[in-house]
Amino acid sequence: MKAFILAIALCSGIAVQAQSDKYVQAVQKNLALLDSSKTSADLQTASAAFERIGDAEKTQWLPYYYAALAQVRAAYSDKSADQDALATKALALVSKAEAIETNADLYTIRNMATTIQMLVDPMNRWQTYGSQASAALQNAIKANPDNPRIYYLQGMAMFGTPAQYGGGKDKAKPLFEKAVALGKAEQVKPLHPHWGGAEAEKMLPLCQ
Amino acid sequence: MKKALLLPLYLLPLALLAQVKITGMVKDGRGKPVPGASISILNSYDGGVADSTGKFNFTTTEKGEQKLQVNAVGYKMFEQTLALEASGTLELQLSIKEQIDELKAVVVTAGSFAAGDAKRGAVMNSLDIATTGGAGADITAAFKTLPGAQQVNDQEGLFVRGGAGYETKQFIDGTMVNNPYFSSVPDISQRGRFSPFLFKGMVFATGGYSALYGQALSAALTMESIDMPERSEIDVALSPLFATLGTQQVAANKKSSWGISYNYVNVAAYFELVKQTPDYFKVPQFHNAEGNFRIKTKGGIVKYYTTFSNSSLGLRRPDIDSAYLKDAFDLNNYNWYNNLSWRENLGNGWKMQLSTGFSTNRDNIWMQVQDANNQPKQFMPAVSWMNNKTYRLYNRQTVAQLKAVFEKRLAGINTIRFGSEYWYSENPLRFRDTTYNVTDNYNALFAEANFYVTNDLAFTLGSRLEHASVINKTALAPRAAMAYKIGKESQLSFAYGMFYQKPENMELRYGGDMGFTKATHYILNYTKSTRLQMLRLEAFYKKYNRLVRTFPEYNTSGYGYAQGAELFWRDRKTVKFFDYWVSYSYLDTKRNYQNFPGEMQPGFAAAHTFSIVTKRFIMPIKTGFNLTYSFATGRPYYNLMLNNTGTKFNIADQGKTTSFKNLGFSVNYVPSAGKLNAKTNMVLVANVSNVLGNTQLSGYRYSYDGSVKQPILPPAKRSFMIGVFISWGVDRTDDIINNNL
Repeated sequence: MKAFILAIALCSGIAVQAQSDKYVQAVQKNLALLDSSKTSADLQTASAAFERIGDAEKTQWLPYYYAALAQVRAAYSDKSADQDALATKALALVSKAEAIETNADLYTIRNMATTIQMLVDPMNRWQTYGSQASAALQNAIKANPDNPRIYYLQGMAMFGTPAQYGGGKDKAKPLFEKAVALGKAEQVKPLHPHWGGAEAEKMLPLCQ
Repeated sequence: MKKALLLPLYLLPLALLAQVKITGMVKDGRGKPVPGASISILNSYDGGVADSTGKFNFTTTEKGEQKLQVNAVGYKMFEQTLALEASGTLELQLSIKEQIDELKAVVVTAGSFAAGDAKRGAVMNSLDIATTGGAGADITAAFKTLPGAQQVNDQEGLFVRGGAGYETKQFIDGTMVNNPYFSSVPDISQRGRFSPFLFKGMVFATGGYSALYGQALSAALTMESIDMPERSEIDVALSPLFATLGTQQVAANKKSSWGISYNYVNVAAYFELVKQTPDYFKVPQFHNAEGNFRIKTKGGIVKYYTTFSNSSLGLRRPDIDSAYLKDAFDLNNYNWYNNLSWRENLGNGWKMQLSTGFSTNRDNIWMQVQDANNQPKQFMPAVSWMNNKTYRLYNRQTVAQLKAVFEKRLAGINTIRFGSEYWYSENPLRFRDTTYNVTDNYNALFAEANFYVTNDLAFTLGSRLEHASVINKTALAPRAAMAYKIGKESQLSFAYGMFYQKPENMELRYGGDMGFTKATHYILNYTKSTRLQMLRLEAFYKKYNRLVRTFPEYNTSGYGYAQGAELFWRDRKTVKFFDYWVSYSYLDTKRNYQNFPGEMQPGFAAAHTFSIVTKRFIMPIKTGFNLTYSFATGRPYYNLMLNNTGTKFNIADQGKTTSFKNLGFSVNYVPSAGKLNAKTNMVLVANVSNVLGNTQLSGYRYSYDGSVKQPILPPAKRSFMIGVFISWGVDRTDDIINNNL
């Protein structure tokens, strides 16, 4: 009887392990696809693949995170695409992920998606979407103040805001510096996002 | 048994070797490919995305019975069961159905201009109204820059497409506003009572409006008040003309709010500086108090708004029938307006809106012919008609209303709305020593349905059954509209409707055979709009039946028509940070009503009206400059005099006024512009109307015998306003975020 139970435990252990390997391989494969994506179509293919992984796994937030990140990148890469639709899709994916776990990285996606929506019509949307975007980063800081991506995004927001609106290069620079430092110190777990620091480093010379 | 369950897991590595290739195409209901559609085997990693031609292909290692799912933005999710073999190729032709959704579906634009952030295709928002140069933040003045409205400035109201001012009604949160303007003063147009910032959305329907509204022959201005203010604040406004103090308090949980404010207007200092033609023996003075509360319910909101005001003024003008006499006019007005509404989502696709309104308006007026020393003057029998110009008038208008609208969402976004409303109105009027009273019980039943055939084709069908006890008549008013998307950004729409309105109380006092006055509208509209640009072309035909005749007896045997074409163009794209709109209206209208001897173009209708509104906010100096130019061709004027036998009015004199020109300018300085969540917001405003000092002739006043005529002109050539508006506030957005963590 005992042996029988042990056998079941072992077998299911193996099964979980097998499943997990499959998951790791699939995420890695699609991360490579995401990183090499050149067109909106590539990004949509990567996003759909990640969403399928998320839907099948049911307990992993990372696939949804990458699926949403691909939508955000699609919006950045093609300004003629329907920015509202892409941002809405990204937010829907974040919501799926947040049903599993809330964390700073998901808040950063919220920030990027609402910023994309704000930029569609800054004059009229700045009050609502602008507030949502900055609230998302405040929430991200509360969740994990050591996430370099938060400060990179804050820096980009400052960098893109004219000085007369309270932004500017001077204000962006310390944020990029913080992002670089945190990026170097970050202990990256396998498959987890690790961007932000390197991107901030590229921005630093532009802040001179 | 357990072993049997475990068995497939051991076989997993083997399964990896065998793959099925799935290829195919995704099309929509009309056979067009759906690029970007995502195809997946449910609960697996396997799937693909349709390319630009709708084609897809992928491989799967799944076996046996599996569910295939197709998702695409704007389409309904599609599922199909597949029996997967060990290997081979499976070819699928997938057809998915369009999801009809509110954001994509076509909306009927015929006849209506939506304003406010809430509505798609909004023409302008509250801020646009407040920053329309020369409009002085008056809703009506701003809407006059849209096509369809006339540039009438000797009386208040929106004169739409050949309709008189009273043919346009205003509605707040569903109920009619009986006295939307400050009380009339002869030949001087008055402002509206409501600030544009009370509303989150406004729809100015210049015809063909919904069956939910009635009793307006020409147009309906429907306004929806804001739900929950963003922040608690204290507001102060100061100007040489007025002072305002108010507060708005939002509960920390953002579930309820209340506010009060008081405003005092006194133009004495202003009249010292800007000379007025009439001799004001009592300088216009207004006390306005406002209160509101809002409570969020489970799936809706309860809103209450009240405003109380008292105003008084007195002015003298030279009497037209003599060289030295004067006509004095004195007005004292009390107005109390209340609006309570409850909007609730009842679940299961049902929505409800209950509204009640109560308003009472009292005018105490006296008119007097005075001599050179401003003393009352009595007349000999030979000129006893001069005594007609001296009188006292007390006029109280009280209206209580109840309205219920239910909405049910059917399949897709098809909806039906139905409901009922009841207005009780009484209007006792004492003229000299005689009291007249008009009391009415008005009932209406209405129903309306929106059908979406596809996202590109929609119909609205409605009908309204109305009964007014004062005339004891019942009328059925059908309404219909259709919209068809002809391109990505353009659409055609058509609206038709019958509209009834009971005669004005002033006309009902004298008995006679009165029925509902009636107008039938036909409107064809073409709209092409992108986010920053809008082109709107509209043609209309309006038939008037049963207009009120006042001579030889009171009845509803009048008639008329109006037809025309209009253009609207708004552009915020071509020049960055520069916003402008252009309106042009052509109007051909004639009517035989009141004491007209035949079909004539009424005095409030100009054939051509043109407006251009421009706005530019210059960020480095945080200042906005707004210029508005309006032009209208001359309007006809008539002197109708009774013939010798007293059987007919004849045209004793007629002509056309000079064309109307008005350049309005306003500048607003906003030092907090660009600061997100600024605690203190300040706006400095200066506004000038008729900068160029053009003569704005509205017509003539005639002497009793018709031998003398005096031009009707505004009380001053130009009007000015300066003021500073400050608010100190606590933004509750942060609280919400904190509470949710």
